[in-house]
Amino acid sequence: MSILAYNGGAMVAMKGENCVAIAADRRFGIQAQTLATNFEKVFEMGPHLYVGLPGLATDTQTVREKLRFRKNLYELKENRLMSPKVFSAMLSHMLYEKRFGPFFVEPVVAGLDPKTYEPFICNMDLIGCINQPKDFVVGGTASAQLYGMCEALWEPNLGPEDLFETISQALINAFDRDAVSGWGATVYIIEKDKVTIKNLKTRMD
Amino acid sequence: MSLLEMCGMENAGSFRSENSLSQDISQFCRNFESNIQLGVPPFANPAQNLAQLNKDDAGRDIKIEFDHGTTTLGFMYQGGVVLAVDSRATGGQFIGSQTMKKIVEINDFLLGTLAGGAADCVYWDRVLAKQCRLYELRNRERISVAAASKLMSNMVYNYKNMGLSIGMMLAGWDKRGPQLYYIDSEGTRTPGKVFSVGSGSIYAFGVLDSGYKWDLTDAEAYDLGRRAIYHATHRDAYSGGIVRVYHMKQSGWIHIDNNDCNDLHYKYQAEKQAIQSV
Repeated sequence: MSILAYNGGAMVAMKGENCVAIAADRRFGIQAQTLATNFEKVFEMGPHLYVGLPGLATDTQTVREKLRFRKNLYELKENRLMSPKVFSAMLSHMLYEKRFGPFFVEPVVAGLDPKTYEPFICNMDLIGCINQPKDFVVGGTASAQLYGMCEALWEPNLGPEDLFETISQALINAFDRDAVSGWGATVYIIEKDKVTIKNLKTRMD
Repeated sequence: MSLLEMCGMENAGSFRSENSLSQDISQFCRNFESNIQLGVPPFANPAQNLAQLNKDDAGRDIKIEFDHGTTTLGFMYQGGVVLAVDSRATGGQFIGSQTMKKIVEINDFLLGTLAGGAADCVYWDRVLAKQCRLYELRNRERISVAAASKLMSNMVYNYKNMGLSIGMMLAGWDKRGPQLYYIDSEGTRTPGKVFSVGSGSIYAFGVLDSGYKWDLTDAEAYDLGRRAIYHATHRDAYSGGIVRVYHMKQSGWIHIDNNDCNDLHYKYQAEKQAIQSV
């Protein structure tokens, strides 16, 4: 079994019309044993910037703290907000530093540019190879199922409400086919002047 | 030519077809005539050498992930035997089915539960069902649970250490009253009052042992079985789907109900909140 699947977890981010969404499950387990169902894998890194870190739970938390440190240092030095693009480049670089002893996370970044409010999504592998498509990105143990759901449900120019429905359905139906993710889900809808956080009611088995 | 005949190979290389179909069946498909016979690779000692098949040329493990993972339980009480099972089938981490039937209705007075390799359990339970029916026709009475369980354990014992994976419970009602047996592919066969089998069994036992007593009413027994399976599906990633409850009575088995784990979760959660708010 892969160390990336030790704790389980599913993650997806999608672009919409002037908005982005990122969603993740809430399970924290050790292999088959579910230990908690309130584990957060998506973190707020700025007013319009969120990062999801599915993978090994210990690395999820370590990478989150390292990112917070580096991002804060940048913002204090430069006296301006970090854009999602810069944030992703920084994260990618940070992961490649550990090329031969990596952090076992597959990050997903979602946000709006601080100046132009242009939607941004990307994901990367555990050593920082950035993938930046125009529609959606996925990560975690249910990624094969998520690709299938997203290819079927996603369409261009979704408004925030439709985007919420699309990402929620994609995530729930994907992790219902994965044994080690699920047990609740959180969805973040990021718009220019508000961020909506919703917890979904899902199957708990 | 005479050498060929001496070796019983007079038809080798010829296109003569008389009897060859029935010969082929008896030679190459022994399973057609006796479903207890499985095809075994041509090794001198299959039980010893079969393990080699799980390694590739470089000695790495070849992963064959067939359907697995289960929680099943059964217990005896004053009203008979209750069986409760989940319905999830997983291949590795992938959930292949959420609606699998893990209780096999062998006849009106015999129920079997499935845990372990899905194909192994389904196949051998079907063979057992056939054997039990034949016994009934030959002897004009139903087979006892002790005999049925012994048939099963003897059949799978022939394939011990060859990779079969079965952990089953047999529940029935015969001349001697209600019966519950546990049988597995390692050769264990033991009667008992309370059993739970599968990856979620540790969680099910936690609930079952704390709520179990002989004098349970029928409704209490069903609820205990249901709750034990539900809690196992909640904690165990490889169990889930639907909770199926059966009851073995003197008059034969009855199917109590099927409940989706999703509905049970929110029902139990509401009950818990109602108690806490009082």
